[in-house]
Amino acid sequence: MAEEFRLPLVGGRVEAGFPSPADDFIDRSLDLNDELVVNSIATFFVRASGHSMDGAGIHDGDLLVVDRSVIPSNGSVVVAVVDGGHTVKRFLKRGTIVTLQPEPSVINEGHYSPIRIESETDARVWGVVTYAIHRLERVCMH
Amino acid sequence: MYALADCNNFYASCERVFDPKLEGRPLVVLSNNDGCVIARSQEAKAIGFKVGDPIFKFRDCVRKHDVIVRSSNFALYGDMSRRVMKIFSLFSPDVEVYSVDEAFIQLDGLRGRNFEKLMREMRETVLQWTGIPISIGIGSTKTLAKIANHYVKQKPVTCGVAAIPCNPEEMLKSVEVGDVWGIGRQWSKRLRIYGVKTAHDLLLLDPVFIKESFNIMAMKTVMELRGEKYFSFAQSPNRRKTLLRSSSFGSPVESWQELSEAIASHVTSASEKLRSENLVAKSLRVFFNTSAFSNRDSMHFASASVQLLPATNVTHAIIKEALRLAEPLYKAGYKYKRAGVYLQEFSNGPVKRSLFDSVKNQGRDDRMMALLDGLNKNMGKGTLHFASTGFTKVMEMEQLCRSPRYTTLWDEIPNVIA
Repeated sequence: MAEEFRLPLVGGRVEAGFPSPADDFIDRSLDLNDELVVNSIATFFVRASGHSMDGAGIHDGDLLVVDRSVIPSNGSVVVAVVDGGHTVKRFLKRGTIVTLQPEPSVINEGHYSPIRIESETDARVWGVVTYAIHRLERVCMH
Repeated sequence: MYALADCNNFYASCERVFDPKLEGRPLVVLSNNDGCVIARSQEAKAIGFKVGDPIFKFRDCVRKHDVIVRSSNFALYGDMSRRVMKIFSLFSPDVEVYSVDEAFIQLDGLRGRNFEKLMREMRETVLQWTGIPISIGIGSTKTLAKIANHYVKQKPVTCGVAAIPCNPEEMLKSVEVGDVWGIGRQWSKRLRIYGVKTAHDLLLLDPVFIKESFNIMAMKTVMELRGEKYFSFAQSPNRRKTLLRSSSFGSPVESWQELSEAIASHVTSASEKLRSENLVAKSLRVFFNTSAFSNRDSMHFASASVQLLPATNVTHAIIKEALRLAEPLYKAGYKYKRAGVYLQEFSNGPVKRSLFDSVKNQGRDDRMMALLDGLNKNMGKGTLHFASTGFTKVMEMEQLCRSPRYTTLWDEIPNVIA
């Protein structure tokens, strides 16, 4: 059954005469996964809520791409486990001292305090945020 | 050399990756309709929960120990399993997925490397990338790899990975005979009569004696314990012998319409499973019953079986037989609580043609099943299904406390606090 209905994908219209020269260049459409997801096995999507990272370009409701295979370095934005919940913060490492630093916009400055990680029991990194996807307009399909 | 890698308390571990509040707490995961315990965290095991415990009997225990109870979230477990298996295949091209949470890994050919070190690296990678802790046993045969894996779970000092040592006596003595792969409870009872208590005792038995008093599988197991390969890759001692699909209804079912839809759904799921394992079944049993706790007048237990000729895995052929069996047994006015189908007497597919079956017809069934399985695999279970399984799902799983499907639905992805 399957082979009877399988058709080759051809882009141009079939006409007598010369075939469209563009048919030789048919390719797959762009797929955002190729750009946003480097290691799909270790990549998870999460939703941010709150305003502590507005200054870092992560806004309330944004979609975050989190890659667990990336080792955080000083300055990475990470998802961390703190008090049994997940939080997104800037990962700062000075010597052996790790701090999870909020980065609010100017309006909210002083509303959020940094979290010092002294042992694994305080907090640990869950994954590194590689992209933040921010919606500018809600589009409906008609 | 083989490695057997499996996930520790897999379902519980999946839940914890996305809900860290569950860490360190007793957690049980329930079957489809929230009936029985199917998975436990280490803490729940310590309290004494067993797989198969009906949860309603343990309400007090749940309250007393503050046990967290979750409905099963197969979308999540399936996705996490896929990720773990993919990581295995980055380390070896030959991975035999044995179940949702365990796989054999062929290590030969990965030359010039220290297998134990390599497997530690794999364990670290799985933990880092997915958050799932795993245990790995390494041995020269599949049975020995299983033994080493068992040993890892008993001894935290191994830190998740152990290989069968050159002198395995000590390790084999620490494993009870019933825990040897393919031996099981029945045989271990009989073996104890001969004084066989541990894997090491079993290894010392005469293979001819074992073959004559048990069977050839038991003999192969003994040879494997001695380090001789009898189970090749993708070949295991306990091949499927039966297949059961059943469930209790969320609310009691009285009409033939609803009952037949439930039976057809179970046949659909069972025959899908058969096809995925390339098996055909020769024997079918259908059963349905009222609650065992209702009073005597309102009790009804129905069960009947039939031989399938030819042996088959074609959904509509089995649905037809199942409903033909069930219809005369059905009695109006009873509140049915449970229904199911039971398939057995398997042989390797494809479906053999009967003398009277036209060749054209047979080929059509095979192609139809392939199309059906392909569609349902790509577009989600139940996309295409037989009308007899119904459009009103009475079997709606109860699932009162399922966690979000964090990795497969956009509306249910985890929330992180910014």
